Amino acid sequence: MLSWILQGGLLVLVVLGCVAYGVQVRKGLGVTGLSREMPWGLYISQFTFLVGIGASAVTVLLPYYVHRQKTFARALVLGEVVAVIALCQALLCIMVDLGKPARLLNILLYPAPSSLMFWDCLTLGGYLTLSVVAVSLKKFARGGSPARWVRGLALATIPWAIGIHVVTALLYAGLAARPAWMTAVLAPRFLATAFASGPALLILLAAVLARRKVFDIGREAIERLSTIMTYAAMASLLLALLEAFTALYSGIPAAGEHLEYLFLGLEGHVGLVAFTYGGWLLLLLALVVLLVPSLRRRRGLAYAATAAVLLSVLVEKGLCLVTSGFVPSPLGYVRDYRPSLIELGIVVGIYAGGALVFLGACRWLFTPSMSSIHALNPSPSTAREPGMARVAQMET
Amino acid sequence: MKSGLSRRDLLAGTGAALGAALVAGAAARTALGAAAGAGSPLWGMAVDVARCASVAGCRRCIDACHAAHRVPTVAEARHEVKWVWKEPFARVFPEQIHTYEAEAQKQMPLLVLCNHCKNSPCTRVCPTGATWRRSDGVVAMDEHRCIGCRYCMAACPYGARNFNWEDPGVGATGNYPARTAGVVEKCNLCVERLDAGQVPLCVEICRSAGPAALTFGNLEDATSPLRQLLAARRVLRRRSALGTEPSVFYVV
Repeated sequence: MLSWILQGGLLVLVVLGCVAYGVQVRKGLGVTGLSREMPWGLYISQFTFLVGIGASAVTVLLPYYVHRQKTFARALVLGEVVAVIALCQALLCIMVDLGKPARLLNILLYPAPSSLMFWDCLTLGGYLTLSVVAVSLKKFARGGSPARWVRGLALATIPWAIGIHVVTALLYAGLAARPAWMTAVLAPRFLATAFASGPALLILLAAVLARRKVFDIGREAIERLSTIMTYAAMASLLLALLEAFTALYSGIPAAGEHLEYLFLGLEGHVGLVAFTYGGWLLLLLALVVLLVPSLRRRRGLAYAATAAVLLSVLVEKGLCLVTSGFVPSPLGYVRDYRPSLIELGIVVGIYAGGALVFLGACRWLFTPSMSSIHALNPSPSTAREPGMARVAQMET
Repeated sequence: MKSGLSRRDLLAGTGAALGAALVAGAAARTALGAAAGAGSPLWGMAVDVARCASVAGCRRCIDACHAAHRVPTVAEARHEVKWVWKEPFARVFPEQIHTYEAEAQKQMPLLVLCNHCKNSPCTRVCPTGATWRRSDGVVAMDEHRCIGCRYCMAACPYGARNFNWEDPGVGATGNYPARTAGVVEKCNLCVERLDAGQVPLCVEICRSAGPAALTFGNLEDATSPLRQLLAARRVLRRRSALGTEPSVFYVV
């Protein structure tokens, strides 16, 4: 019953998102909060965040396929599904951002290798194809271990996953016009935030799925994902501080103006100040919980910290990073950006659609008839936690 | 397209097209033919800062350009579309400003437009080749291939590019092709006039009805008035440290 209400609600949000997009197509992108000073906003920010979630499949692929960590067997399936859905959402974010979406294929008709956007489309498309093939093969594998070449395919997706996020960072990092993004640290920072937010999302989804007795990736996998998330979050914090040092200690005005805008506001414009402090505060509090054993052991608190990591990356990467790069404008103008309701409706619709597909994928993948997943991914939790044996039967 | 300037002209309009126009006798119409000289020209422009500011509130070149290219008038400032306009000196050359500068000097209005850079970041990032640099140095724009991703706007260090946030709603009059909402547009250095052997409209208007602050010519030709002006006077280029090599010079 609850599941139907949830799906109905999500469907309503998808429909509302479609209606909002219809308005945008009819009236033009003027219905958004964007401007000539702020040509990219929520859509491109969310695209960046979602590519990070997609790339974070590495955090399960790498331990499982390279380091043979069998505890990741079930997390792997979940990770791949989430990655595929996140990438589809990322591509939708790009599509709704285009002024002329009907001309999207011009990117392939008139390939421009000097544009990073061309490479972004190639890498994203390639990675998405590989991942869909990898997930489907597992679904249709008839028990036993997958063929060796399936493993090869999975190994190939690892550098590709890192590649998609590096290319996304290079999209920004080579623009002389935007000193805020002109840093070699941007790509590593993207990877660090991706490897923090991705596992965070997996942990939260895994917790819900286990509670609903749909699918259990196992306690050990969750603990390890949590460790990866904590280290990645610390790395991202360090990289952000290093970036701030270079920008501020050098004293070059253009290098630090975006930080001034983010933390203090510029010329009275304080549009992102609350988000900036909120995001960093969440990350710092989360790190305290995740690093202090006595706090970390309280499961509820640990989940809250996990959610805080995810939320802080969503705010920092999914809003502040891209928009602050446009402040001040090349002619020195500062214009705050506030997403319009249309924009928010479209983005919420994209997320609701992703959630719906995820629910469908759970039904498709985690059903009792799915002998292959059982065989491929023996539940690591059943042996140690008798109470979880029931879950391993994967009730629907 | 039934307009005087077809889309093919826009796409294929290169030095070759100019050469053909010259052979056809277009050279006789203006002085541009002589300025082109031998080989492919490299068009450039110089703005005499003091002269441009000498006529307070002058916007003859702006109005002429926007009328000729059917640049839409947009009420909302954040959605504005402009090919050529004026900005205070302090915004155009922020690195030239110091604490003791006179306020009037800082506020001196300066003409700004696309710099038609030699190393144009906008053409580098365009994913569809909808904007490209012609062999004569003009950074051209095909609004009919543009997908509206606005990457070029993120890459331009001069804020010279405009997006049609709203339906431009331009009428059927005029020669320049109409645009729709969702595409980027900017100054094209009047390629349609260059290919017909004429100087850009802003230059012509400024010469005939304004303070004659604009000098246009072939940067490859050492004898052109533009080159002589650049040799004789101290000139600035916007944000030269970025290595974009603008073709628009400011004579100070």
